Amino acid sequence: MKPVAFDYYRPQAVPEVTALLSQKGDEAAILAGGMTLGPMLNLRVVRPRAVIDISRIEALKTISVTSKVVVTGAGVIQNHALSSDVIAMEIPLLAMALPWVGHFQTRNRGTLGGSVAHADPSAEIPLALVVCGGSVVLQSRRGQRRVPAREFFIGALVTQRQPDELITALEWPCSAPDAGHAFLEIAQRHGDFAIAAAACSLRVGKVDRIEELSLGIGGVEDRPVSIDVRRFLGHPAGEIAVELSEHAAISVTPMEDHSATADYRTALTKVLVERAVSSALEMARRRRDHL
Amino acid sequence: MTTLHRAARERFTVELTLNGQRRSGEAEPRMLLCDFLRHELQAFGVHVGCEHGVCGACTILVDGQAVRSCTQYAAQADGAEIVTVEGLAPPGALNEVQRAFAKHHALQCGFCTPGILCSVTHFLRETPGPDEQQVRGMLSGHICRCTGYASIVAAILDAAAAR
Repeated sequence: MKPVAFDYYRPQAVPEVTALLSQKGDEAAILAGGMTLGPMLNLRVVRPRAVIDISRIEALKTISVTSKVVVTGAGVIQNHALSSDVIAMEIPLLAMALPWVGHFQTRNRGTLGGSVAHADPSAEIPLALVVCGGSVVLQSRRGQRRVPAREFFIGALVTQRQPDELITALEWPCSAPDAGHAFLEIAQRHGDFAIAAAACSLRVGKVDRIEELSLGIGGVEDRPVSIDVRRFLGHPAGEIAVELSEHAAISVTPMEDHSATADYRTALTKVLVERAVSSALEMARRRRDHL
Repeated sequence: MTTLHRAARERFTVELTLNGQRRSGEAEPRMLLCDFLRHELQAFGVHVGCEHGVCGACTILVDGQAVRSCTQYAAQADGAEIVTVEGLAPPGALNEVQRAFAKHHALQCGFCTPGILCSVTHFLRETPGPDEQQVRGMLSGHICRCTGYASIVAAILDAAAAR
């Protein structure tokens, strides 16, 4: 199918985008890589009056790093992020998640910000951002604000973004040098929507107890969820993978759809969490012993 | 700095480089890039399958990158450097990947082939000596209903090894 007729705008800078958004609000759709908006336009799931093409705004394509945080512009192309040394070094969890995002051909065009803006429940980049404890930077004529990823995603395709706001960047806390990470998912075919995905970051101390832990599940509920794991801090690392897999399986309220039943998603959650935690643990021990 | 604006029903000229030649045609904002290439510039090697980015038949090279042409719009491609299957080898000739496809019977109906050949061009530039898993990873972005993929994988590995 073809999209409805729309007005096309191609601004050169962010203030031009926010000026347009303040006039048009929810009648406008932001177009970056088009890997999510394109299909929705073509299938007429969305019928915007105006499409604002931000794909040529260079200021949105930068990756910058301070001692504590990596800031990725919303327009950074997924395959550029995948080949970025800064991301491989400072945000290993994102580097592990990116190969699961769509296919080579869609990652050549899709952006980090686009995936977050779209908020598909099974999307990998939002899950990685939630587990990292990152934030979404939003800009409008009213000003700039930061929303923690754990609050940003409200439901399927629904976020905290207001109609006059543009996502300009994502902020990712830098990984500790002794942290271990893992990202795993199960889909019908690699690159398809995840039926379930698990992401884990953790640190273990010298006596092999869990010092830091973050665990998230994607594709199971209507948004990426962070599992409450506070009571596992200080636990011995030995049995933690099995304990966490059982805890995660009872913590989630799975969706049911054409690709999987709720029971199947619960079973996948358990399996994926056990594998992801074991893998993150192995990496954390290796890095700890190497320091 | 000014924002470019094209009204919904406005027809405007899009100028780009197609297979090494400066070309131009008429578009309106909602015109898909694949439709522009076929209907305005007669690049009929761009095959339109699912029209929502899933099947891979419309894959072309935009500024050297293998991308879908059904989920971007002609207006976005103004000034771009585009290569379609017609530009992968001189007219009447086949490149080494195309010859390997013929040798290994890597196509039957051929509908998916132009998109795959464009993807392989970018993929082998980035990954010159791929293993089978990498080839299959790249191919997951294309749907072929004839071959079962085995012959396509064999052709790509053969072409890569012969370089």
